Amino acid sequence: MFKKPKRKIYFLIFVLPTLLAFIIGFVYPFFSGIYLSFCKFRTTSDATFVGFDNYIKAFQNEGFIRSFWFTALFVVVSVVLINLIAFFVAYALTLGIRGSNIFRTVFFVPNLIGGIILGYIWQLIFNGILQYYGTNINLDARFGFWGLIILMCWQQAGYMMIIYIAGFQSVPGDLYEAARIDGAGKGQLLKNVTIPMMAPSITICTFLTLTNSFKLFDQNLALTGGAPGVVSESGTMIYQTQMMALNIYNTFYANQNSRGVGQAEGVIFFLIVVVIALAQLYFTRKREVQQ
Amino acid sequence: MAKVEAKAKEKKPKKKQTLGMKILTALFTVVSIFYVAPVVIVFMNSFKSNAAISRGPFELPTADTFVGLQSYITGMFYGNHPFWQTIACSLFITVGGVFLILFCTSMCAWYIQRSNTVLCKIIYYFCIFSMVVPFQMVMFTLSKTADTLHLTSPWGILVIYLGFGAGLAVFMFSGFVKSIPLEIEEAADVDGAGPLRTFFGIVLPIMKPTFISVAILETMWIWNDYLLPYLILDKSYRTIPIHIQYLNGSYGHTDTSAIMALIVLSIIPIIIFYFACQKYIIEGVVAGAVKG
Repeated sequence: MFKKPKRKIYFLIFVLPTLLAFIIGFVYPFFSGIYLSFCKFRTTSDATFVGFDNYIKAFQNEGFIRSFWFTALFVVVSVVLINLIAFFVAYALTLGIRGSNIFRTVFFVPNLIGGIILGYIWQLIFNGILQYYGTNINLDARFGFWGLIILMCWQQAGYMMIIYIAGFQSVPGDLYEAARIDGAGKGQLLKNVTIPMMAPSITICTFLTLTNSFKLFDQNLALTGGAPGVVSESGTMIYQTQMMALNIYNTFYANQNSRGVGQAEGVIFFLIVVVIALAQLYFTRKREVQQ
Repeated sequence: MAKVEAKAKEKKPKKKQTLGMKILTALFTVVSIFYVAPVVIVFMNSFKSNAAISRGPFELPTADTFVGLQSYITGMFYGNHPFWQTIACSLFITVGGVFLILFCTSMCAWYIQRSNTVLCKIIYYFCIFSMVVPFQMVMFTLSKTADTLHLTSPWGILVIYLGFGAGLAVFMFSGFVKSIPLEIEEAADVDGAGPLRTFFGIVLPIMKPTFISVAILETMWIWNDYLLPYLILDKSYRTIPIHIQYLNGSYGHTDTSAIMALIVLSIIPIIIFYFACQKYIIEGVVAGAVKG
């Protein structure tokens, strides 16, 4: 399509606008972010190189480590719950029950509402319930944790359900026919036909829920903001329900002197997300069958 | 069960409802009611006084606690910031950003796929890579870059959205371009149409379904985005999520019922949008996921 002499001109027209914006919006910030993680700085202009100092401090930062474990636990519970709920709801909705379309529509609605607003909506609800017991969501880390889980299930299950429904609808009916002729029972059909055929959808949904849960920020900020804060043995304030994204944000903007550490934590966070996403794709892809 | 399922695939217009299916319908009806309850509760509370909300958010407004549209009226200028400006700002950024992304990235994706140079491949893989990178890793350097280049107005942030949203869009458009047979474009080339005419006259109309998918996904992202506009926009501009967060986070007395009213007002446009183009939204989500 693009012949040599004019190729450069068309490159300017077709690619350059996106490329420039991409460099401004992603490439440059990304690489300068990596560079700054090795520096001590307050703004980008006063950076001095300090080597791995920031990384060492990041791993010594109790709040960061605590937020990692909190995030990890949250991710495991939410990924399992969301996918189980979405899978079985999608299964039920493809059986042909009356009202399937209405239910599908309703279950998807929470995805349209932003994380900040969702967080405040649920804060109102949880505090409304908890006040009958004379407490509120900011007083106990368990409330914050399960609150976030309920919120995320409520929001994400509908999205994943849509993907699973599309998956169920693409399983060819004659496969069930053949399996039944071979004498497969209900359980065997599910285990040996449905789940292998659904493997691509499962891959996508676990990938999406995994990365979404790991990167969660808005809902965390709005629902608890990290509360309750407890002073640890070494005298630092540890926010019990703070996830990694929020912790990095606070390291950055709450204290100007720890920006290098915040940036290093950002890089660590990025590496964790990439490794987990790749590992997950690798393991679930292995299980997929060729159609 | 299995028989029913096989039948469901054939999409028969009316199916006999077994007892099990009726129970499922009933169960899902109850679950649906619980599902919309949070939104309904917010709606209900937007008509109650502050004291009544903190006493019991689940009670219906009574003659004593009903304040009518009072909270909507205070909400309009709550936080010393007119709410219509917030809506206008969100609307402008979302519509502008989505159009810019669609226009630029579709052209970019087509060129990248059709001229397989090394540079194009690098751009393509970088776009995919950018989708995994968490925002916290680039937030500081991105906001500094935007500051330096004076991209902190609602016009400037469109460039940032184009850059940060390019990954998903280029990826989805590329996936579609790969499936368009080359012969069509070669025929146009033989007939003497240049790349610009080929793109706008032939490729663009074929790509319409992908345009809709990308538009839906990017709209849902930009409209609800909080941290990016918060860090980049000048403090005098506020999108809806920034405004809500500001009102809740500000110290001292918060007017809960006014916030409820604003939440209701900011949800209504999305719900209308959803019911108007529900079919496309659901297709868009599926297409985005299958290709992602």
